Amino acid sequence: MKRRTLSVLVHNSPGVLNRVAGLFSRRGYNIESLNVGMTDNPELSCLTILVDADPASIEQVTKQLHKLIDVIKISDITEEATVDRELVLFKVRADSPIRAEIMQIASIFRARIVDFGRRSLIIEVTGDHQKINAIEQSLKPFGIMEMIRTGVISMVRGKS
Amino acid sequence: MELTGAQIVIRCLQEEGVEVVFGYPGGAVLPLYDEIYKANLNHILTRHEQAAAHAADGYARATGRIGVCITTSGPGATNAVTGIANAHMDSVPMVVFTGQVAVGLLGRDSFQEADITGITLPITKHSYLVKDVRDLARIIKEAFYIAGTGRPGPVVIDLPRDISVAKTEFEYPRSVNLRGYRVLKKVNMLQVNQAAKLINEAQKPLLYMGGGVVASNAAAEIRALVEKACLPVTSTLMGLGGFPGDHRLFLGMLGMHGTRSANYAVCECDCLIAVGARFDDRVTGLLDCFAPNAQVVHIDIDAAEIGKNVGVTVPIVGDVKMVMEQLIPKIEASSGRPEWLAMIDDWKRRYPLSYEQGNEVIKPQFVIETISEVSKGEAYITTEVGQHQMWTAQYFQFKHPRTMITSGGLGTMGFGFPAALGVQLGKPDALVFGIAGDGSFQMNSQELATAVAYNLPINIAILNNGYLGMVRQWQQMFWGGRYSHTTLRDVSPDFVKLAEAYGATGIRVSRPDEVRPAIERAIATPGPVILDFQVDPEENVYPMVPPGASLQNMLGGCELE
Repeated sequence: MKRRTLSVLVHNSPGVLNRVAGLFSRRGYNIESLNVGMTDNPELSCLTILVDADPASIEQVTKQLHKLIDVIKISDITEEATVDRELVLFKVRADSPIRAEIMQIASIFRARIVDFGRRSLIIEVTGDHQKINAIEQSLKPFGIMEMIRTGVISMVRGKS
Repeated sequence: MELTGAQIVIRCLQEEGVEVVFGYPGGAVLPLYDEIYKANLNHILTRHEQAAAHAADGYARATGRIGVCITTSGPGATNAVTGIANAHMDSVPMVVFTGQVAVGLLGRDSFQEADITGITLPITKHSYLVKDVRDLARIIKEAFYIAGTGRPGPVVIDLPRDISVAKTEFEYPRSVNLRGYRVLKKVNMLQVNQAAKLINEAQKPLLYMGGGVVASNAAAEIRALVEKACLPVTSTLMGLGGFPGDHRLFLGMLGMHGTRSANYAVCECDCLIAVGARFDDRVTGLLDCFAPNAQVVHIDIDAAEIGKNVGVTVPIVGDVKMVMEQLIPKIEASSGRPEWLAMIDDWKRRYPLSYEQGNEVIKPQFVIETISEVSKGEAYITTEVGQHQMWTAQYFQFKHPRTMITSGGLGTMGFGFPAALGVQLGKPDALVFGIAGDGSFQMNSQELATAVAYNLPINIAILNNGYLGMVRQWQQMFWGGRYSHTTLRDVSPDFVKLAEAYGATGIRVSRPDEVRPAIERAIATPGPVILDFQVDPEENVYPMVPPGASLQNMLGGCELE
């Protein structure tokens, strides 16, 4: 089993997300993360789906996805050179003695402090999977009160 | 000119050349039914929405046209769900209009509201919830196009009440523009050449055909290929009729209740040519042991079917007829591989389908065989699901495509009777027999009213054994003979009186010598006829591949000396 990244261009019609997500669950594939966003064309949306599956399963799910009328294009971009980004918000316990240390960690990861509470900070960080995992490990000892991840979006480098 | 949504639906149906629709009115479709009334549209009122969907399905299978049915919102739509799922599993082209509450009431748990596009998401080829009357004509055009092209299937159009009365300029689109839906127009010739090479070089080739041959209207092409290459042929349940049942190269059905010769041929062949079939578990048995020696050529219109269950040597994606036209010229004429054909003929001789008809008790197989003989195989046959369905597949000699109308994928009890109504309406001059069990028939017996109302001369042959026979057979064979809730005989209706109560003809048949005269009488009787055949209650379907076993390990169908 390997994590694959599928980039799926869909017609922006009501229920399209339902159709795609339903297909994965119905055929027994686990979605690790799914991100939906607008594209440069307001009629189209782009789904970035991370799924754990063997190559045969990926082939099958891709073929099944192609059968959805609203699906226009599917690219398995796992092997491609891509830029992968995820945005994560961490709310970290931060009493005054340790604030400086946390802010230092944030700056190392080029993360931003977006909320400055009396007992906590919210840190915003973008990056690929590894970077997100690294900052999470670094912040853990201070006490992560909440964490929200957007899921990954990916774009193939170069070409047209 | 401005038309209302309801008027647009009628106009679109006329544009699509729809001859008949099946349906059941209700609050949310009142505007539509008012226009049906005014337009004098040929609408068949069933007595249940499930039956409307099955009737549209039967009509579509028999005629090759697109079946249309209409239900109201909420329970009307949910009643049709089984019919939609049934059509989806067997790739039947259907357009289903469901009423819906007004757009402003959506999502508020309004009276008779059901999220039918949500409910039917996994069992439709596509679906639409119409939210603007200006989209309606385009949506209907697309729905018919999607339902009938590629791998066919049902499309649902959910029509809110206020859209039916809203007005807009009507213009029927001439073409569709769907970026995400392309119908293949070309075949990959490289793969056709590879397939031809494999077939030409095979020592023990076998053609395994499915419902795709029927759906693609490719029976003549398949026969041409088979006769040119001298290929033995086996068929799935859905493919029956796609190849003449009396042809010397035909081995009968394969799979769980297939013939021994067909299943042995699968186990022995070195090249399996799968055409319009999908390697269903009822066909393959234990997957790891399926066609162990064979290189597989798989021809199917749906790319997702290729490699789904079985590894394939040469895949060809395309409409069967289109592929055959390219493939046949590349196949070398052969007078047959004598050793292979001799092996097959030997199996056929040693393991024919058989039963013993005595003088007292009617064997269900005998009824099917007699219907086959009396009708000379020229009848349209619909079935329900269970033992009678398998006996029909085994003992009726189908000659023509689209004459075997059965619920293959979903296995829907209650399908056959309403489907027979649709078949008779699509083929008014044809002889139509519905083969049923006493259990299945009771699942939609209310449709006797529809059959009488439209004076449809269908003949329903109930093989009445007083059990849910197939489940009972499994209980007998695999569950220690504990007949848990499979006995119906304690309280069963008198089917003759039931038929008469609706104004149909009922005939009870209790003795073997009455079988043929009763069938002849039914055919000669105008209007619907119910034949209640009192058959041997504990007859089993053989041969049988036990669930989870390989095709090699069959039970029953003993060897002739």
